[in-house]
Amino acid sequence: MINNDKIKIENVNLYYGEFHALKNINMNVKEKEITAFIGPSGCGKSTLLKSLNRMNDLIEGVKINGKMLLDGIDIYKDMDPTMLRKRVGMVFQKPNPFPMSIYENVAYGPKTHGVKSKSKLDEIVEQSLRSAAMWDEVKDRLKKSALGLSGGQQQRLCIARAFSVNPEVILLDEPTSALDPISTMKIEDLLVDIKKNYTIIIVTHNMQQATRISDKTGFFLHGEVVEFDETEKLFSMPKNKKTEDYITGRFG
Amino acid sequence: MELVNAEKNLRKRKLISLVLKAGVWLCGIMTVGILIFILLFILLRGVPNINMEFLFGTYNSDTLSAFSSIVTTFEMILISLLVAVPIGVFCAIYLTEYAKRGNKAVKVIRLAVDTLAGIPSIVYGLFGMILFVNILGFRASVLSGICTVSIMILPVIISSSEEAIKSVPDMYREGSLGLGATRLGTVFRIVVPTAMPGILSGVILAIGRIVGETAALIFTSGTNVLESPTLDLFASQRTLAIHMYMLASEGLPHSKDMAFATGAILILVVFLVNLATTKLAGRLGRLGNDK
Repeated sequence: MINNDKIKIENVNLYYGEFHALKNINMNVKEKEITAFIGPSGCGKSTLLKSLNRMNDLIEGVKINGKMLLDGIDIYKDMDPTMLRKRVGMVFQKPNPFPMSIYENVAYGPKTHGVKSKSKLDEIVEQSLRSAAMWDEVKDRLKKSALGLSGGQQQRLCIARAFSVNPEVILLDEPTSALDPISTMKIEDLLVDIKKNYTIIIVTHNMQQATRISDKTGFFLHGEVVEFDETEKLFSMPKNKKTEDYITGRFG
Repeated sequence: MELVNAEKNLRKRKLISLVLKAGVWLCGIMTVGILIFILLFILLRGVPNINMEFLFGTYNSDTLSAFSSIVTTFEMILISLLVAVPIGVFCAIYLTEYAKRGNKAVKVIRLAVDTLAGIPSIVYGLFGMILFVNILGFRASVLSGICTVSIMILPVIISSSEEAIKSVPDMYREGSLGLGATRLGTVFRIVVPTAMPGILSGVILAIGRIVGETAALIFTSGTNVLESPTLDLFASQRTLAIHMYMLASEGLPHSKDMAFATGAILILVVFLVNLATTKLAGRLGRLGNDK
């Protein structure tokens, strides 16, 4: 089965003021695959992830050129950022549920996009929580504060919240770095399970995580993509010396 | 050798921490003690003089009733807050959420807020008298008082709202924007509700200023007292604090006692309003806090 290119990144350069953070990035991300970005801190992997739903717009002094296409449409020229973010959801490094009830957390997105009917919202909330494999855990305490959940549950709630607006792509920025191994495993299983419906891009510090769940992996260094290939190939026979050094733990 | 030193040292450290502990306790007890002393002093002298005539009767030189002053005090709190809170909160939203860093307008607004906060209330009174009473022709009236007081409490509300909004973690904003919410939607549905307890604590401070204000109001709403309460904004009518001030400086045989009675009522009013506001803050902030 050959999947289509969901996202195309062409000659993208990004600057934070004077700092050249992304250098001439070219990459195609396939539909319904998990793509992992690995590399040492400050290599630009999170920056690239954030520019895919224009969260970098919020930072002053960011300049970006080149093209990023979602289904062939330029997301910086021909798309409203709120519509883009509805289609390209994001899960952050630190679980960030809103200080509201579990129900309200999940209902927030659809409400924002104009869903008013209570029964429709109930349906979306249940569906989203089921997709995040936590409906049974929380169905009896939907009205309780989301801040009372454990870290792992909070992160899965954030994933459910991302599902609630029915996105096509989900970006995850080191989603398990603050979690214990069991919560991490639950989230990894979840991601593998949902990739039949979503295109997933995950930034991770954890190379085992990349090998466990991703189809493709990109290795970043100093703002450049050193190597981008199928995960199996990249980890078993890297073409580039720097990739080999990094994955064998010689630096990073 | 060394061990002996360590032991000596330990004894010294324990002594110091004991002294410090005693000092801290003493300060704490003193603070509470002063509060209790003031409360008891006023309540003991004031409460026995409170009667139905004083609370709800018509004013004359016999009853010295506070009824009309009580009503005006609540009227003033309510309307001033209705005027100043929206302006103050919106100003704080602009300063924290919309203005770019290093923006000149922000610096000017901050300077203005800080200066306004430091101006003595009697200067506000003079200003209010000239602008509202004379130029705008509101005369000495509750309306002039409300306008003056609204300006006076604005800096309190702006700075506490600004602090509260600033302390809302950015990750909430990111979460909301990441779902495709607009900037405006994020501000009103995530940021302001999260900041609400802090905003309300500014409102409590503002209420304190309104209730306790005399100087600015003597110039603007006047010291006049009506026989029975009115909600007429163009009437000249005193608030409780001015009532107390006037009674204390009057020569009638029982006016001092009634001044204490007014003081007791003032304390009660402040207590009730704070209780209500804290309850409200608790309810609004509950979901954020219970773990």
